[in-house]
Amino acid sequence: MAAEENTPIIEIQNLTVTHFEKVILDNLSLSVHKNERLAIIGPANSGKTTFLRCLNRLNDLSQGFKVTGKILLNGRNIFHPATDTAQLRRKVGMVYAVPVPLPWSIYENLVYGPKLAGIKNKNRLDELVENSLKAAFLWDEVKDRLHMAARNLSGGQQQRLCVARVLALEPEVLVLDEPCSALDPISTAKIEDALFELKSRHAIVLVTNNTKQAARASDRTAFFLMGQLIEMGDTGRIFTNPVDKRTNDYLIGAFG
Amino acid sequence: MKRIPPAVTQAIAVTCLWAFTLVTLAILLFIIVYILIQGLPGISWEFLTQAPESMGRRGGIFPMIVGTFMVAGLAVLIAAPIGIATAIYLTEYTREGKFTFIVRFGADCLAGIPSIIYGLFGFVFFAIALGMGLSVVSGALTLALMILPTIVRTAEEAIRAVPAAYREASYGLGSTRWQMVTRVVLPLALPGICTGVVLSLGRSISETAAVMLTAGSALRMPHSLSDSTRTLALHFYILSREGLSMDKAYATASVLILLILALNLFAYWLMRQVTRRMG
Amino acid sequence: MRKDKLVAALLQAIALSALAGLMIITVFIFKEGLPLIFRTGLKDFFFSADWEPGKGNFGIMSMIIGSLAVTLGAMLIGGTLGLGMAIVLTQFCPPKLASLIKPTIELLAGIPSVVYGFMGVVTLVPIIRNYLGGPGLSVLAASIVLGIMVLPTVTSISIDALKAVPRSYWEGSVALGATRWQTTHMLMLKAARSGIVAAIILGMGRALGETMAVIMVAGNALEVPGSVLDPVRTLTSNIALEMGYASGEHREALFATGVTLFAVIMIFNTIALSFARRTIRQGRGQ
Repeated sequence: MAAEENTPIIEIQNLTVTHFEKVILDNLSLSVHKNERLAIIGPANSGKTTFLRCLNRLNDLSQGFKVTGKILLNGRNIFHPATDTAQLRRKVGMVYAVPVPLPWSIYENLVYGPKLAGIKNKNRLDELVENSLKAAFLWDEVKDRLHMAARNLSGGQQQRLCVARVLALEPEVLVLDEPCSALDPISTAKIEDALFELKSRHAIVLVTNNTKQAARASDRTAFFLMGQLIEMGDTGRIFTNPVDKRTNDYLIGAFG
Repeated sequence: MKRIPPAVTQAIAVTCLWAFTLVTLAILLFIIVYILIQGLPGISWEFLTQAPESMGRRGGIFPMIVGTFMVAGLAVLIAAPIGIATAIYLTEYTREGKFTFIVRFGADCLAGIPSIIYGLFGFVFFAIALGMGLSVVSGALTLALMILPTIVRTAEEAIRAVPAAYREASYGLGSTRWQMVTRVVLPLALPGICTGVVLSLGRSISETAAVMLTAGSALRMPHSLSDSTRTLALHFYILSREGLSMDKAYATASVLILLILALNLFAYWLMRQVTRRMG
Repeated sequence: MRKDKLVAALLQAIALSALAGLMIITVFIFKEGLPLIFRTGLKDFFFSADWEPGKGNFGIMSMIIGSLAVTLGAMLIGGTLGLGMAIVLTQFCPPKLASLIKPTIELLAGIPSVVYGFMGVVTLVPIIRNYLGGPGLSVLAASIVLGIMVLPTVTSISIDALKAVPRSYWEGSVALGATRWQTTHMLMLKAARSGIVAAIILGMGRALGETMAVIMVAGNALEVPGSVLDPVRTLTSNIALEMGYASGEHREALFATGVTLFAVIMIFNTIALSFARRTIRQGRGQ
């Protein structure tokens, strides 16, 4: 993989996050490149989800989080006070572990974000809906029933809807927080296929508990442990020839 | 001492408790049926649409119906936006702390103040100090203060019942807080909020002591918000208390009971919408 | 983002309006009533039963006793019935039936107080007069009417308190071989105790503050009642009865009656709220 030569879209510099005095992320520095899929693996409580939620400042909404360090998105620090968080969250689109379709129709779920961004043109919205559903491999299954309530979809379809919903924002980075933890293997495969297609247009950060998924569906892998970045490199190399003993222990199932 | 078997104590206790429950329900049923049986024959189109004659001994109750809806309606129109905005602030815009504690304490205290005190206050403040006199608007402002805590409380509960995951989903799609509140939370909480508003309307219609001291008891039709008016509940009180006409009193009470029944049924229906939407 | 901050500031200002209302009410009631209490003297105001506004005598002791008597009676009746109902609805009643009975109790809360008073006059008062003696308009009649009126308050708050008890307590007790009733009175009622106390105290506040129904059934005599069959006047009815024609010092005296009522109810509510908060805290602790 030639990922290292790509230009970085996100650069994280000395990121430390505490939650009520407890250190969650400890002096983290890494970068995410354009057109790559970065997988983040690690045992529970290693700070993976907190890390993701820093990228679009979702932690701001919860009590007790303190952040130091910088996250540069296209060279600009997202923690700068003048940052428009709504705008930021459009650029860094997030998919949650459990699919939460808003209690509306499929179509309304998809156009909600674009409408918030100020897109009013009906044709443009329809186009966005079709493109994002196609990109999430869901179009063929729902194209005849776009106005059906989204909650009537199956779990796997709901998660792909959530992916499509984020794609409709035309984000620069797509971050996914264990998107397949609640899904069956077939739905999981569909999401992984979609991610493969998507990397030509978006940088992708995928947090996963499933090391096999990381091996299958990423270009580079970062291993987190207790809030620290232990090792990071090409996925193939990490899985076949980890440098750090702790990475090796995790991959062979010694803990976590 | 011989021990009574637990099963026997249980049977005795449960029988007593059920008896209490049935007695209460029987009383409720008795009140409603009694009033309606005595009063329904007195309700006619003329009764509902004509003005009263000779202090209410004859004629209808049209001015009171209009006056009741003016006072109660205006009270709700004033209190609902304030109450809902307060609830939105408490749930969406601030974290639990000193401020929420103080606001809730204020609302809880307001809820406990008896209506006669509201009446006294409305009389010295709105009617005299602010120069509004005994009028629809004095009565409405007084009632608005009185129902405000109920609206805040019910709206808060309705808003809290909206799953937190929807909020995160909305933020994740690039919404501001206000967009999230207006497009996701409020539409979902609306039936619950409306339940509180409808019940408050009922409470405003039923209230007597506070409106007696603030809206007055004029029998004529209120033509503006600064006219004095007599609400249905007060009219019923005066009719029965001064022995003017028992028939008219029963008929007026029936109108009141039917109104309250309708509002409660509506509130119940709204509540079921909530369970259906969120479930 | 700037718009969002503006909205937040606006909402915060509105949220303060309930508090502002409370403060204005307190200030105006006390400003109108307090001077007369001090002019009359605390002793002559609170501990004299001479209420003769024409002669400048403003003693409210008989009304304080009247209010207390009626409130106590109401709580004996409404408290027992209300708590009983709350127990039935949470512990012994099929949930489907309970979900029908609950709105019915709320309906009971919606009926205008004048209708309760009226029903008391046409049904209860003649029964008391004919079978127990006295004028019928009495402490007893007022207690029964008020008892029914406060029942919804007591029931709904007690239900909340009982529902806040963790289900696992109940299961634990039943698993140890206790009958449902033993579980209820030995465990549930104890666990929900502070919430139930709050319900009773809030109910007392309601009874103490009720006006129109009491005027209609209590008889309004200006005497310290000797038995439950004697007529009484309460603090609230004193205000409502005389406000229509009072002026000058007399009106001030009615506001002073209001101050007394207001102070007592505020004390009640503060106690009830502290109990209610304790329940919430216990519930969250689980």
